Amino acid sequence: MTYIAKPKIVHEGLARNALGYTIRDYEGGMSTLCAGCGHDSVTAAIVQAFFELDIPPHSVGKMSGIGCSSKTPAYFLAASHGFNSVHGRMPSIATGASAANRGLHLLGVSGDGDSLSIGLGQFAHAIRRNLNMTYVLENNGVYGLTKGQFSASADVGTKAKKGEVNEQQPIDSVQMAMAQGGTFVARSFSGDKEQLVPLLKAAFKHDGFALVDVLSPCVTFNDHESSTKSYAYTRQFFHRAIHLDYIPPAKEIKAAYDEGDVMPVELHDGSRILLRKVSKEYSVNNRGAALDYIRTHQRRGEIVTGLLYIDESEPDMHGINQTTAKPLSELPFDALCPGSDALADLQNRFR
Amino acid sequence: MSGRSKSRVNDFVVRLANVNGTGSASANGLLMKAIFRMGIPVMGKNFFPSNIQGLPTWYEIRITKDAHLARSGRVDIMVAMNAETYQKDLREVSPGGTLIYDSTWPRNSVLSRPDITILGVPLARMCNEKFGNARARILMKNMAYVGALAALLELDRDVIKQLVEEMFAAKKALVPSNMDAIELGYNYAIENFECPLPTRVEPMDKTAGHIMIDGNTAAALGCVYAGATVGAWYPITPSTSLMDAFKGFAERYRKDPKTGDRNFCIVQAEDELSAIGIVLGASWNGARSFTPTSGPGLSLMNEFIGFAYFAELPAVLFDVQRVGPSTGMPTRTQQGDILAAAYASHGDTRHVLLFPANPKECFELSVKAFDLADRLQTPVIVLLDLDIGMNDWMCEDLEWDDSYQPDRGKVLSAEELEEAEKFYRYLDSDGDGIPYRTYPGVHPKGAYFVRGSGHNKYGAYTEEADEYKEVVDRLCRKWETAAELIPDPVIRKSGKPTDLAIVSVGSCDYAVTEAIAILAERGIALDYLRVKAFPFGDKVEEFLENHDRVFVVEQNRDAQLKSLLTLETDYPKERMTSVLNYSGLPIDCRCIVDAIEQAAAKGVAA
Ligand SMILES: Cc1ncc(C[n+]2csc(CCOP(=O)(O)OP(=O)(O)O)c2C)c(N)n1
Ligand code: SF4
Ligand SMILES: [Mg+2]
Repeated sequence: MTYIAKPKIVHEGLARNALGYTIRDYEGGMSTLCAGCGHDSVTAAIVQAFFELDIPPHSVGKMSGIGCSSKTPAYFLAASHGFNSVHGRMPSIATGASAANRGLHLLGVSGDGDSLSIGLGQFAHAIRRNLNMTYVLENNGVYGLTKGQFSASADVGTKAKKGEVNEQQPIDSVQMAMAQGGTFVARSFSGDKEQLVPLLKAAFKHDGFALVDVLSPCVTFNDHESSTKSYAYTRQFFHRAIHLDYIPPAKEIKAAYDEGDVMPVELHDGSRILLRKVSKEYSVNNRGAALDYIRTHQRRGEIVTGLLYIDESEPDMHGINQTTAKPLSELPFDALCPGSDALADLQNRFR
Repeated sequence: MSGRSKSRVNDFVVRLANVNGTGSASANGLLMKAIFRMGIPVMGKNFFPSNIQGLPTWYEIRITKDAHLARSGRVDIMVAMNAETYQKDLREVSPGGTLIYDSTWPRNSVLSRPDITILGVPLARMCNEKFGNARARILMKNMAYVGALAALLELDRDVIKQLVEEMFAAKKALVPSNMDAIELGYNYAIENFECPLPTRVEPMDKTAGHIMIDGNTAAALGCVYAGATVGAWYPITPSTSLMDAFKGFAERYRKDPKTGDRNFCIVQAEDELSAIGIVLGASWNGARSFTPTSGPGLSLMNEFIGFAYFAELPAVLFDVQRVGPSTGMPTRTQQGDILAAAYASHGDTRHVLLFPANPKECFELSVKAFDLADRLQTPVIVLLDLDIGMNDWMCEDLEWDDSYQPDRGKVLSAEELEEAEKFYRYLDSDGDGIPYRTYPGVHPKGAYFVRGSGHNKYGAYTEEADEYKEVVDRLCRKWETAAELIPDPVIRKSGKPTDLAIVSVGSCDYAVTEAIAILAERGIALDYLRVKAFPFGDKVEEFLENHDRVFVVEQNRDAQLKSLLTLETDYPKERMTSVLNYSGLPIDCRCIVDAIEQAAAKGVAA
């Protein structure tokens, strides 16, 4: 991943968060993606979200697979630990990282090729484990890095730049995550920072697997007229179902919304998200109904966005395993080795 | 009855021919344990099909007063319980041997042999008369032949009773019926045959200080003692019992008795691509982590193994080898992954390998693997095979030194990072090719980017030739350091000056040792080196140089150890002769003796 150090100039009056960090502390190296690439906007939203969340950068593990999207961890959170793994296999790295060190905040970035083709199995199984991580899928309908082949998320009828038409059904990460028992499923658009930043914050605070699928146009290979993953198409058919506001633990909820339309959801650390229904029929905690709604709109060519489903009650991987609260990597050796007496005793079983 | 066998006290082989899924395994295990408890060295090997029920399976027990714990190639007593394989089983009895069969149904007199003794015991009939339940009738037939053998071989019946009680400690109600079945067989043999046979056992005191354990269990115990906390796997024969054992031990030693909280995390992954990724994610974060697998799994793990080599992450892999290529014969043994493991993954990669030869070494080298992986920041692959992994081997008691502290290698603490001006991941500050690393979340200064793409010594992305070469050349220096840290080979001199030697590996050990003893009696003196690790190190090189002719004994078709010696040492390949066994059954000493005798006769060995 190409990395160009960005000079860090701290302007006097730059705002500081509760930890005293400025937004510059959450930035990374200079992006080497194409100018206008949707992925860069997602990077900017991630920077903003982490700044606002008051998270020390070094307590974050940022991980990715391979692709243009997977390059982006070099462009945010320079002071975080990074792991650029192999194609499609970031979820397994995240699983091991979580297993060893449940204190680390895990943020994974992937692409539609990375997650829905070569890494489909790992993606599905991370959901199944309810791995405690934020999973950002930068979805552009193509393989950017290998120069524009269709990905598994390309819609039927989409034309490639050279005219080839996709005839195969798309795999939709959101519908898959819903069907798979995902506990936090969201979709947004790289051009809508206002929606994306609070979504990322809520995702990060969710205890379990939080998918944020972001439509993120590839300006070089998939931003033409007959693409459903272009800026123009996405902007036109963008359908907000649920708007979300993230409220940190200390803050009071201001009753700015009409009763009935607003649903507060309390997260494990005491923070809350306020869900505001834009569409009256939408049901954010009824898996079947939500899926139905998404499909109905999909048939009309509309892309439903927002926090589409949330369930805070399911245990994550450690909850299921009943792992000790302290990160396993911090346990002293004495607590792990049974010692010579135990070995002598055990061996009687083998005589 | 002609060809009555000459006396073979405490030196014979019993082979039991059974049908898979009929409960014979516990009866056969009981027999072997009884002999072990009588103080007589014993070897037991299971030859089983890739099947749950119905296919033929054999269990071979060698009673060996001189502790030759490999197969001998003989069958002195055959218990032929499988009608389908009866002809083959009959054929394989050594002249002078005895065959015992279920005489409930008459056997064609053509199926006979003049040079052996054939004894019929109506096992099914006796059990059908005694037991009502259909399943019990099948299971009890096994216990009944244990009883018959107890009489014929003069096994200690108190020991057998004790073992039955232990076996059914959780279901005590089953003890009397099992003992009844044993009595049926015993009494029948006493009443109808001349007991004991000349081939029989006599108590000894040569098993004190020993246990019977399989290598997978011992390796799993090594993982527990080394402090491994994360295990990831995808089930595959013959490695599955390694993780099963780890789970069992961890539930026992690593669970808070009050809260039930676990000090470990086992992930049954979706596949081996993921299992190795989980190991790397965990080791990136400072947990000792491992994955057990077999050939097909190792193939899938290749990309990440190369990643770990280049990004320098510790990982411990256990490859319990089975017969390849492809699915091969999943329940048969082979040493067929030596080359695939040594050079796993694309690009220039080489990996540290450890080769245990018995369960005790599985335990020790398992612990060693974690120390080496952490010290060298690289994958370490422990190569077992099905024979060591799944068969119960008699070995010396495992020992543990309570002063052991894990070698976690060069990891910077929060305090060290606080004091450091700046941290760079891939600098060779000490000249041993090993850089310093940090764990995520420990200190803001410790952050770096783990990547499989080209990087310079500071850890930054690069496509510059010089910067890239600097890093991969340093990895060669690290490889030289590895050669100093790996365990020494085991060398056994013949006691006579000789230019001839055997070099071997892993589970061939006992067969080689026995072959050397036989050949010494026949006037061929051989020195012996068993490699315990790759890189080979100076000691292997030196040993080779001191011999004119080296027989390389291994269990695969393509002479993989010999190939690796050819590639990685200066010893000329013309001076190496291969002795190969790749039948899928564990090697016996005869093929080694024959090959070396023939070579000697041709003057090759002179
Ligand atoms: C094992 C393997 N196969 C193929 C590749 C080549 N490859 C690199 S990126 C990529 C596709 C990436 O697509 P996507 O995840 O959608 O990322 P994007 O570039 O579109 O953001 C492929 C096929 C690889 N790196 N590794
Ligand atoms: S090729 Fe497409 S996805 Fe890749 S950087 Fe350029 S615009 Fe972005
Ligand atoms: Mg893509």
